[in-house]
Amino acid sequence: MYELTNLTKTYETKRGTVSALNNVSLSIPTGQMVAIQGPTGGGKSTLLQMLGALERPTSGTVALSENLLSGMPDARLADIRARTIGFVFQGFNLIPTLTAQENVETALAPLGLSRTERRRRATEALDTVGLSERLAHHPAELSGGQQQRVAIARALVKEPSVLLADEPTGNLDEQTRDEIMDLLEGLWRDQGLTLIIVTHDSAVAKRAERRLHLKHGAVSEKKEHGTARRNTAQR
Amino acid sequence: MFGTYLYRELSNRRKQTTIIAAGMALAIALVMIVSGVAAGVRDAQASVLASIYGVGTDITVTQEPVQPAEGEQGQQQPRFQFGANDGATADGTTELSQSRLTSGAGSTTFDADALTTAVGLDNVAAATATLTLNNVSFTGEIPTRDAASAQGTEAGVEPGSGQAAPGGPDGAGGSSFSVETFTVTGIDVVGESIGPLTSVELVDGRAFETSDADSTVVILDAGYAATSSLSVGDTLEVGGEEFEIIGTVTSTSSEATTASNTYIPLNTAQRVSGLDGQISTVYVQAGSSTEIASVQASLQNALPDASVKTQEDLASSVSGSLSTASDLVGKLGTWLSVVVLAAAFLISVLLTTSGVARRTREFGTLKAIGWSNGAVVRQVAGESLVQGAIGGVGGVVVGLLGTLAINLAAPVLSASATATAVSGPGAGGGPGGGRFGDATTAVAATTDIALQIPVTLGIIGIAVALAVLGGLIAGAFGGWRAAKLRPAEALRSVN
Repeated sequence: MYELTNLTKTYETKRGTVSALNNVSLSIPTGQMVAIQGPTGGGKSTLLQMLGALERPTSGTVALSENLLSGMPDARLADIRARTIGFVFQGFNLIPTLTAQENVETALAPLGLSRTERRRRATEALDTVGLSERLAHHPAELSGGQQQRVAIARALVKEPSVLLADEPTGNLDEQTRDEIMDLLEGLWRDQGLTLIIVTHDSAVAKRAERRLHLKHGAVSEKKEHGTARRNTAQR
Repeated sequence: MFGTYLYRELSNRRKQTTIIAAGMALAIALVMIVSGVAAGVRDAQASVLASIYGVGTDITVTQEPVQPAEGEQGQQQPRFQFGANDGATADGTTELSQSRLTSGAGSTTFDADALTTAVGLDNVAAATATLTLNNVSFTGEIPTRDAASAQGTEAGVEPGSGQAAPGGPDGAGGSSFSVETFTVTGIDVVGESIGPLTSVELVDGRAFETSDADSTVVILDAGYAATSSLSVGDTLEVGGEEFEIIGTVTSTSSEATTASNTYIPLNTAQRVSGLDGQISTVYVQAGSSTEIASVQASLQNALPDASVKTQEDLASSVSGSLSTASDLVGKLGTWLSVVVLAAAFLISVLLTTSGVARRTREFGTLKAIGWSNGAVVRQVAGESLVQGAIGGVGGVVVGLLGTLAINLAAPVLSASATATAVSGPGAGGGPGGGRFGDATTAVAATTDIALQIPVTLGIIGIAVALAVLGGLIAGAFGGWRAAKLRPAEALRSVN
């Protein structure tokens, strides 16, 4: 579970100090599906980076289970990201020179697995997202939806406990958006993940169990519940 | 993953890989060729020096000529003096012939005790002395005295009007002279392991023996013997004495000639030239290459008036296009190599760092999914290193092809080493006789040498090491830039 306490993040710019997050305190239980909404510049991506151990707070703390992320050295944070946290980006962020299978394998490289094991697990992950026929394709040879599926396979291949998605459907049409969200929701439901999605899209946000709104660096809870439901037995 | 990623990056970013590798290859090839040419020129210089100073000589001791003080007489030039009754007379013409053996202009002799001094020094393995001389032969035909007198006393009388014929080689009272010269080196026949004869091999006849020490025997350079139509068993007049030709020699190097036209025993050379107890050069071999400098210092200390030079010093005495090539390689070639190498390194660094900047999203993503800084740096550095290595291999291939092309073309360089010779006659005369002074000048003995570039593992190793160094430098810069990338910042810049 995530525990954020009095989290503040400020950036120094030429025009002065900008406050991206302002004294945010928040708990996200393990296995919850959370959507974070808000206007551009409201601090959504900064919050996601704090949750993903990519950024350090100016003040306050971020804890993931027993790990106090805000106080860890860079190498330990990299290890946490390698084993515990999966990322899905709006722009897919696949490496253009690698095939779909090799892109998925990059997430396993820090784990020190054998080449055979990496191959096996990458193939399995791509099969899970419905791309078993596209293993040797390069990103440029895939559609947007297929590229995002590869990115999801890359995020999940290491079997993380947390999946962070930053506008995962922002570059996709409605039909593909729904397919990707069905996939993410299905994986969340089946694998017991904590899924946190930053989105502008209300249709995406409505699927989440819990919806947070972030504006001017301050977080507020939306009361209505999303459509996503996990089998109680699995939780 | 490292290997797969590296291969994919290099093969899919061919343009960048090609530019970096090509730049590196060009620089490496240039370094190889310049290094090779420098080695070839050094070999050629060594070959020329060996032909002059022999194999195994580390140091030579000579005496620099001293400018005569005002009013003081300078070095005596050979003069030919004939008495009134000298020469063979026939048909109104008198044939005159004289041969003089002298030390040449620009050459100074000194006391042979210098050899004893050199031998007595520490770390001197061997030493020998030579006396370098010029033999100048004057041959002339002049009208006989009687014919000339008759013509002079009856001036105004037309020739052919019943008076005595005017004589002379043209039958009209004229004269003709010719002067021939060749170099003579007096050699210690006892047989030291160094000296001019160590770089020659016997073509015909025999070498000197200990019993030849005071004999009038001569060994000829095979080339000189051929052009002078001389062979073993013939005689040659040296300094007015008849010498028996006992052998002919040629340089062991196909690229150089021998140091002298003729070689005679040192004692005989001193006697015939009138330079008893005099020598012109001492050849010294140090105990080891590391002792050359100390031996040189000891010699200079023991013989303060002498000029003590090592082979390195002597290399500067080789002139001609070989020297020009040496200067060109030493200055322009080296700087050109440095500039091209620096440019290749710079291009490599700039392309690598700009490649990292272009791949900000990629490296940010990798860090976000758990790659450590070290893993990202290794990837960038590995790519640069392989690009440098590809450039290195390409450079070695291009360098070898360039070397082969130069060796096939074998450009001929001329090398001149200072020697003395006679360039023409001077003339003088007086009643009842004549005096002819030679016009001895220092000239350069020119040797043509076909440049051959040696290919050594050392040069190839240096080339590959430079390529790897270039890759490492570029990789270090690229890796440093990649390490500085903060994942959140990298992702923010593209999201």
